[in-house]
Amino acid sequence: MANSLFEEKLNSDGFLVTTEIGPPKGADVSEMVHHIDLLKEKVDAINITDHQSSVMRFPSLGGCLLVKERGGEPIIQITCRDRNRLALQADLLLAYSRDIKNVLCLTGDSVDVGDHKEAKPVFDLDSVQLLKMAREMESGKDMGGNELKGVPQFCLGASVHPEADFIEPQLVKFEKKVIAGAQFFQTQGIFDLESLRRFMQYASQFNVKILAGIIVLASARMARYMNDNVPGIIVSQATIDELANVEKGKGLQKGIEIASRLIKTIREENLCHGVHIMAVGNEGIVPDILEAA
Amino acid sequence: MIVAEQKPVEEIRRIIAPYERVLLLGCGTCVTVCGAGGEREVSFLNSVLRVAQAKGSNEIHSFWEYTVKRQCDFEFLDLLADKVNEVDAILSLGCGIGVQVVAERFPDIPVLPGVNTSFMGMAKEWGVWDERCAACGDCRLAETAGICPITRCTKGILNGPCAGTKNGKCEANKDMNCAWVLIYKRLERLQQLEKMRRYYPPRNFRVIPRPRRIVMKADVEPGEDNG
Repeated sequence: MANSLFEEKLNSDGFLVTTEIGPPKGADVSEMVHHIDLLKEKVDAINITDHQSSVMRFPSLGGCLLVKERGGEPIIQITCRDRNRLALQADLLLAYSRDIKNVLCLTGDSVDVGDHKEAKPVFDLDSVQLLKMAREMESGKDMGGNELKGVPQFCLGASVHPEADFIEPQLVKFEKKVIAGAQFFQTQGIFDLESLRRFMQYASQFNVKILAGIIVLASARMARYMNDNVPGIIVSQATIDELANVEKGKGLQKGIEIASRLIKTIREENLCHGVHIMAVGNEGIVPDILEAA
Repeated sequence: MIVAEQKPVEEIRRIIAPYERVLLLGCGTCVTVCGAGGEREVSFLNSVLRVAQAKGSNEIHSFWEYTVKRQCDFEFLDLLADKVNEVDAILSLGCGIGVQVVAERFPDIPVLPGVNTSFMGMAKEWGVWDERCAACGDCRLAETAGICPITRCTKGILNGPCAGTKNGKCEANKDMNCAWVLIYKRLERLQQLEKMRRYYPPRNFRVIPRPRRIVMKADVEPGEDNG
């Protein structure tokens, strides 16, 4: 039996669509709730990011509770940057107890790229060890080997970077994540479908679902900025050129067009099992993208 | 070796301000090699402090300078015993260990740090020092082609690179090599890529219950007052 609605969908042959919402900087969750309501019926699950780019925000767990409250299907993102193994396990127990069972296990961005550069980076575990830890909890024991009263069950995901400029070590790590227990992967942003095709030729040998990450860009400037400053993002020159050649003020429209085109092709050519749309601050336009795709 | 950097003169002047007679104490090992606190640096600092004082400061310090062979060993400190009775404070240009050993040896006198102890590393070229060891107490260099991911990966992760590596560099600092790219390439060169595929469990931080102590002699009872 599936642990969650999303896991049920993972086990089906349908084309999966997930998206993500970045929580607010502050305690006002009204905009996040608005986005949750806007998206909950249109996607299979909503990720809530965990201080993405190491910028301190409202927590992923809190956002996931709101998704549940509004009747949506959440994917909690858990990074190893801020919590040691005790805190990670505790958060997993809390998530499970509130029926949040989809977990995206990430190492987390470096503290140096964020807005609290003087913070102590934790990284007690890495993403592979985090996956393995969650699977071990399912067997009824915590990491210290102690029995758990009430055993959690998760649907575990991880991340992979098909457009990394040195792909071999990334693929080795991908395999480690599969062995450690990842059931689905949401990739880093895909801009060049050739790299996705190549990756899928390799990845299709594993029994995991791959959701291609689609980043919605609002301008050529944003694309260049992300290339220079956001870990794990490599926007292709072709995409930057396409964005640069539109009239002022029409950048986001172009970005929506590019994202829709990618999704359409991925779906039509059956390149992978779904998409994960990252609108980076423009969550409101995700329905337009799905419409256009 | 231990690599340190001398503190800015202004900070040193603030630290020594309450003390009239100050012994500037150099160390003849690591900090001599990295140019932070050897005989030469002690002498130079002595001149700088005197000049600064001569330029209209109200403070009247007197300075003595001396450099011992090694501050981190009591036996090299005994010869300071008389001198120490004549000063109000010691400014140690040894590493953090030196400062503490001197303080432990001379309990009645303030011992102040003149350098910031940075890391354990190597001279990449003259004047350029790179960190190489985190003293984690659980060396896994055999598995990582002699390149330490705990020290050289900004996240210290053990199972391969994160997704933030670009052009072989680290997401935290574009001038810094990604340790896992280096490890992969060297394992490939050594035809040991299977080590890359192994799962490495989380670190055991219990091997470093701080402060650590190593007892080499079998007939020595570990003391109770460790730390």
